[in-house]
Amino acid sequence: MIPATFEYVRPSSIDEAVAALAEHGDEAKLLAGGHSLLPLMKLRLAAPEVVIDLGRVDGLRGVSEVGDGRLAIGAMTPHYKVMADPLIREHCGVLADVTAKVGDAQVRHRGTIGGALAHGDSAGDLPAVLLALGGSVIAQGPGGTREIEAADFFVDYLTTALSDDELVTEVRVPKLVGDWGWRYEKFSRVAQAWAIVGALGMVKRSNGHIEEARVGLTNMGTRPVRCTATEDAIRGQSPDAIEDAAAHASDGTSPSSDLNATAEFRQHLARVLTKRALTAAVG
Amino acid sequence: MTKVEITVDGTSTEHEVEPRLLLVHYLRDVLGRTGTNVGCDTSNCGACTIHMDGQSVKSCTVLAVQADGSTVDTVEGLADPVEGEAGWHPLQRAFHEEHGLQCGYCTPGMIMASKGLIEDNPNPSEKEIRDGLEGNLCRCTGYQNIVKAVQSAAAEMRGDTKVEVEV
Amino acid sequence: MTAIDTPSTKNVGITRLRKEDAHLITGQTNWTDNLQLTGMLHVALVRSPMAHAKVTSVDVSAALDQPGVVAAFTGADLADNWAAGLPCAWPVTPDMVSPTHLPIATDEVRYVGDAVAVVVAQSKYQAADAVEFVEVEYEPLPAVVNMEAAIADGSPLADTTLETNKSFTWQKIDGEIDDAFDGAAHITTRRFVNQRLIPTAIEPRSVVCSPPREHAEYTMWSTTQVPHILRLMLALTCGVPEQELRVIAPDVGGGFGSKLNVYAEEALLLVLARKLRKPVKWTETRSEGYQATCHGRDQVQDLSIAFNEDHTIRGLKVELLADMGAYLQLVTPGVPILGAFMFNSIYKMDALSFTCHGIFTNKTPTDAYRGAGRPEATYGIERLIDEAANELGVEPFELREKNWIKHEEFPYTTIAGIEYDSGNYEAATARAKELFDYDGLRAEQVERRASGDPVQLGIGISTFTEMCGLAPSRVLGSLSYGAGGWEHASVRMLPSGKAEVVTGTSPHGQGHVTSWSQIASDALGVPYEDIEVRHGDTAIAHKGMDTYGSRSLVVGGYAVQVACDKVIAKARKVAAHLLEAAEDDLEFDGGTFSVKGSPDVSTTIQDISLAVFAAHDYPEDMEPSLDSDATVDPENFSYPHGTHLCATEVDTETGEVTIRKYVAVDDIGKVINPQIVEGQIHGGLAQGIAQALWEEAVYDEQGNLKTGSLLDYYVPSAADMPHFDLDRTETPATTNPLGVKGVGEAGTIASTPAVINAVVDALRPMGVNDVLMPASPSNVWNAIQAASAGNTDGGAA
Repeated sequence: MIPATFEYVRPSSIDEAVAALAEHGDEAKLLAGGHSLLPLMKLRLAAPEVVIDLGRVDGLRGVSEVGDGRLAIGAMTPHYKVMADPLIREHCGVLADVTAKVGDAQVRHRGTIGGALAHGDSAGDLPAVLLALGGSVIAQGPGGTREIEAADFFVDYLTTALSDDELVTEVRVPKLVGDWGWRYEKFSRVAQAWAIVGALGMVKRSNGHIEEARVGLTNMGTRPVRCTATEDAIRGQSPDAIEDAAAHASDGTSPSSDLNATAEFRQHLARVLTKRALTAAVG
Repeated sequence: MTKVEITVDGTSTEHEVEPRLLLVHYLRDVLGRTGTNVGCDTSNCGACTIHMDGQSVKSCTVLAVQADGSTVDTVEGLADPVEGEAGWHPLQRAFHEEHGLQCGYCTPGMIMASKGLIEDNPNPSEKEIRDGLEGNLCRCTGYQNIVKAVQSAAAEMRGDTKVEVEV
Repeated sequence: MTAIDTPSTKNVGITRLRKEDAHLITGQTNWTDNLQLTGMLHVALVRSPMAHAKVTSVDVSAALDQPGVVAAFTGADLADNWAAGLPCAWPVTPDMVSPTHLPIATDEVRYVGDAVAVVVAQSKYQAADAVEFVEVEYEPLPAVVNMEAAIADGSPLADTTLETNKSFTWQKIDGEIDDAFDGAAHITTRRFVNQRLIPTAIEPRSVVCSPPREHAEYTMWSTTQVPHILRLMLALTCGVPEQELRVIAPDVGGGFGSKLNVYAEEALLLVLARKLRKPVKWTETRSEGYQATCHGRDQVQDLSIAFNEDHTIRGLKVELLADMGAYLQLVTPGVPILGAFMFNSIYKMDALSFTCHGIFTNKTPTDAYRGAGRPEATYGIERLIDEAANELGVEPFELREKNWIKHEEFPYTTIAGIEYDSGNYEAATARAKELFDYDGLRAEQVERRASGDPVQLGIGISTFTEMCGLAPSRVLGSLSYGAGGWEHASVRMLPSGKAEVVTGTSPHGQGHVTSWSQIASDALGVPYEDIEVRHGDTAIAHKGMDTYGSRSLVVGGYAVQVACDKVIAKARKVAAHLLEAAEDDLEFDGGTFSVKGSPDVSTTIQDISLAVFAAHDYPEDMEPSLDSDATVDPENFSYPHGTHLCATEVDTETGEVTIRKYVAVDDIGKVINPQIVEGQIHGGLAQGIAQALWEEAVYDEQGNLKTGSLLDYYVPSAADMPHFDLDRTETPATTNPLGVKGVGEAGTIASTPAVINAVVDALRPMGVNDVLMPASPSNVWNAIQAASAGNTDGGAA
């Protein structure tokens, strides 16, 4: 319940934050909304020597159009702002809808999109949506900025492609063009619990057919999963193809077994939930 | 130690604190404002819910230094104790009238979470109330009378004439 | 909920909004953890991370060097401070094995969370830091975590100072059990498991103890349900003379049995206050409490029921394994044996055999949790009746009706030898079926089965009874319980005509202040607002047996009524004296004594209060006092009953269970405050449903608690809980003047089997005959998979 002591640094610009990271290296942890880090610190499962609070860094909040058909979301934009943002609702409503399933209302008031993604927890709801969308993050370090595709960003359990001296400044998602429908099936023991399995199904509808589909899975391994086999199997097909295609949703996954589900049951759930998500997405 | 300035229930406060001090402990132990409770250590129970700059948050999962410069509102600021029952917030009155509390330990957090919920959605359905309070645990009431209380308070806050709430 | 419009009953039976609420909804509270005393020190414990180990060394010297640390002690340092180990007040058998339970272990730890050292510092942050500097060396011992393995030959011991893992075997046989089974036309045999639960009162436990300073005696504030029992037991454990210890239960945030105990930390803080001569405080964190606060349930039931050709019950055999955990806490062994009186439930039978084995394991001790022994028994019999009905090919209601006690048969002495004073199972059942639309839902079930809907509908029945109002002292004595079951109340008329009621019950959410005010207002004729109820402080309520087992109203409310009657008897003497009338000629109604036939010749209880205070003119044969004390010892338990119906939708593809409809019709006799009664039932239902669907304390093979926080132990929120439809039938209890039966635990006791019966009912066509609790997606899916492989018991066997 009580974190260990730490040195507190509160930069006011991205450059200062990068400098603080460079100075303290792996002894430091970045504090965004704090809803992943502080619980770990309270249980003393994490005890960083330095905490760099990004709460006062200018320019890390808000949503804008980048100009290349994408939206840029400041890393410190809290979940509830993502859910309500007009640009996101108009062009990438799936992100707003999945974000609404993160934690509970109080968590969504503090937790941030950048923090949730940088935590790299495949049981979180946002990694799978970023992956399915083909989104990316902008990372900044002493050497400047770089863009990391979602497919490359999530490396392992609680591990991302960020280096120790980098921070996420921005999240980028494409504007969805065409007649898209989506559904995120979050399957959990109680409302506020983490997903046992989550399945995001997105379909672009065209003349009664599925022109394109995206499927992302939560908590089906150490990284979020994108089910290309299922996506490929329904591309250009009628909705009747969903059932057979969803049967491939668990192909190649290696989920963990825990108190809530064996790996086998998780794979079964992934198939069932993917079928339901895609069916609902078609509408 | 770091200096923080936090406006709590309308009063400005200023203290040197350890950076690791949790906001809920700042309220309870430094300020002696014990109206806000702690019920868990994993951000699940919501007993410590307060409003920070107008949004409901779990004060066990915020450092006091993060709240520096912020406005914090707790259950203690909802009503002037000097005024007694007449000064109660509609939510306080509704929790009382609908028997939305038994032991009362979750109640400050439940009321503050409900206040945020109604501010976001002035006319919530039963399901919206239940879903909106997913981050607050009560072990006594089975929630039914809490839902009733929130519906009743929302109606009053909207200015509806008194309605019989049946959930 | 309409008021009964007669002057003498203008409070009892109607909803009065709670007097308790004002300070709770405004944050002007008095929780134990709120207390800040001058010079107060903060305590943190070092707890064993191992389920079972020899403690080879504990070194607190580095902790003592940490900032703010005032003292640190090992178990050995404190060993001389205990006059006795922590108490078990219920030695169920003469040969019961009970390990010595020191608040701080000395050379062996027996569960994860067993304390090995204590640190005292100027702030809680410093204490938490210093704990990490206590160096403890452990030599691991094999952990005993499974009850059946624990009693198998060659099992390692959970406590190496004992020769066995069995604490006791308790047996009670009524009727000719062998005959009942030998000639049976049909026997149904099942194993059911009541999983381990963590009570999770939302207020964590907290203790503050001050040496003689704030008050003339040691003063302990504790989050306890039982300040009176705690005072006596701490005096014995710590060697503090009882009169030198005052225990206060201030605002207490729920208990559900978990605060019905005498805990290591309570004894420890008294000893620390004595050693350090400073006020000390300890507050558990939730995760700490999950290890160190008693768990509940954890019982394996082997049941057989024998029927005649006509489906009447011949006999029931019950054999239980009950997990005690590592130590016997206050009433640990007594909890499961209450089942000896409850497994037969509402059913008539010729024989009942009950055997309970109490088993030690290297896990947190179990003890009372809402219902304590009765939920387990009710679950067992209500599940078994459904299984028998299925085997016999009859409707589950039909089998129940054939065997239950008819309303005209009350009072009825059960096979277990206790007398049910009143009840009407037919009426409650008829009302429940009507509210539920039983026939309509059965028709929908048929349709869904026919259409092969992946989401199947199930209907679950629970026609329960329970015994509460703990309890007749002589009965408790016959069960070897260490104390009686009486309750005490005092009533004091104040000179201004107001009244103080002092109760020996110790509420923590139940609304005693309101309900007792209602009883006293009607009995005394003093306005509801003019009554103050005091409780929960041994210096104010000097005598009491506290709050648990749905006893408070049935015994404590009864005591309030009797104490008020005594005051009125005294007031009647004074009134007769002042009005110059014979006592028998006086009528008393609504606080006014008047002469029969001359209503103008009258005086009020308020006038009499002032007259007695002045004492200028009062009867020769009495003291000038309108105070009274009453200690009542109930002649019998009380027996609430009811019929609960649950409809569940079970997603056969994912195993997800959703409650579609829940109807509870309870008969708790007369009610004092309908709104409070509804609230008690709502809350009880939520906890019983939570056992059925969500909650389970899980240990791994090494004895580590895998569900160690609210992240993994699933306490449901509003979003998870269904709406409940309630109604009541009213068959008054005949064993107390209020006609009340108790309501605190009924909802919990009834609901768990209603839900599981519904889940099994939904899956029956798939060949599923049981689902392990909690009926999580995983357990449901496993049951479906096992059934399709030919195994129908849900994995219990």
